[in-house]
Amino acid sequence: MVETFETSRGTGLFKPGAAMTASEVEAWFVREVLPMEAMLMHYLHQNWRNKSDIEDLRQEVYARVCEAAQKEVPEKTKAFVLTTARNLLINRVRREQIVPIEAVADLDELEVAIDAPGPERNAMARDVLRKLQGALDRLPPRAREVVTLRRIEGLSRPEIAQRMGISEKTVSEHLTNGLCALADMLYGDASDLRSKP
Amino acid sequence: MSAARDVNAAAAHWLERREFESWNEADEAALSAWLAQAWEHRVAYWRLKDAWEHTDRLSVLRPPAPQPAEAPPTRRPFRPILFRIAAAALLIAALGAGAAAYYSSNTDAPRETIYATQVGGHQTVQLADGSKIELNTDTVLRARVSAHERLVTLDRGEAYFQISHDPKHPFVVMVGDHRVTDLGTKFLVRRDNKNLEVAVTEGRVQLDTPDGRLQSPVLLTRHEAASVHDNKVFVTRKTALSLTNELGWRHGFLVFDHTTLADAVAEFNRYNQGKLVIADPATARLTMDGTFPIDGISAFTEVAQEVFKLRVERRRERIVISR
Repeated sequence: MVETFETSRGTGLFKPGAAMTASEVEAWFVREVLPMEAMLMHYLHQNWRNKSDIEDLRQEVYARVCEAAQKEVPEKTKAFVLTTARNLLINRVRREQIVPIEAVADLDELEVAIDAPGPERNAMARDVLRKLQGALDRLPPRAREVVTLRRIEGLSRPEIAQRMGISEKTVSEHLTNGLCALADMLYGDASDLRSKP
Repeated sequence: MSAARDVNAAAAHWLERREFESWNEADEAALSAWLAQAWEHRVAYWRLKDAWEHTDRLSVLRPPAPQPAEAPPTRRPFRPILFRIAAAALLIAALGAGAAAYYSSNTDAPRETIYATQVGGHQTVQLADGSKIELNTDTVLRARVSAHERLVTLDRGEAYFQISHDPKHPFVVMVGDHRVTDLGTKFLVRRDNKNLEVAVTEGRVQLDTPDGRLQSPVLLTRHEAASVHDNKVFVTRKTALSLTNELGWRHGFLVFDHTTLADAVAEFNRYNQGKLVIADPATARLTMDGTFPIDGISAFTEVAQEVFKLRVERRRERIVISR
């Protein structure tokens, strides 16, 4: 008999207002912020016209959010992430002297987004295998094969290269590209997937 | 090409190297330096690392781990009787110093090495396959490591394993009826009375019973811990911090964080011959924070007296704490 329960929530692990060490920031980011990625990507896509900027924007939001959280853990992660995103978009509009009317969501829309139910953190854990398989299925076949040979069969880089009849350098490329694509599929919104070569 | 995409590619490259190559301190230092350059580097790395760690779950699709006990026909290593006597003498000498390793005289089994620590002992063992085991206080374990199998039996106590990964020869730790199979990792196993605890600090392990009593193997990944009692398995997630605290003994410390005095005293008693006793339940329920040397009973009793205003009495082998 196997019983599983989650103890990470509601234990006051990350105390709002407190400072964090570097490893705590990582844990906070992975647990609190990454599950918001689909929502953040949705927000960025809705409010920013130039799609080639989206990946940069996401990265910058994460960087600013973590930088601030290290000094002081925000009380509400979701509101904090979205507010950071909005401020970033506003600054970009000002800095780049571009005036897309719809570039920045109005405040009301942002409030609605903040109040909307967030992604269930537990749902992510529960569905992770199904999600992973789905993501794996959508990887380019060679990248999928490399990930599978590593994770399921536990082969080394030379062994994979030999098995697939490709160079070790190509094995590395498949794995790094595959990893970036996997992360986008795991965290980002499935409907907003960027196509990767 | 966006800047973020370059950073992501660099982060993925670090992870790829860490996954496939032997990783030394210089590599770790170079990675740390890269991470220290910018928050963008850190978040990209953390995000991809977490995604990669999620793919740990794929290993449940792997066929079940091979049975460990299938000993292939091997030539028994030649061990002159004199050597065994010498080993036994060494054992006795070493036991005085706190730890021992000797070859058991069970000549039917492949060569088995026994490692043991006394109460308060702490011993690091380097195995022939490159794996490292750290034995905590009052621990007995037996290791059979050959070209064909890697099997450790934990008879008593607690040990921290840093396994040199070899997918063809999984590292197996038997604890009573339970089997912990390493799938590339660092993990802690603790056995006391009928309880078993397994906590993973890196990589992943599989927990099952060879007789199939656990219906499906339990897969534990980084920062997950399983505790087993009455054949029930409870899986919890731990923070990096609480795991570090739990491993404080590796550096000679006990770390208490909202720990009841009852639990703190039980921890001290694992390491010391002189035993602490709490006289009443109300005192046992008090909680405390703090870091103590493993043999720092006097520091602990001082805190009990000064901070909690408790009474500390010495009665022969025992130190009794009461209101």
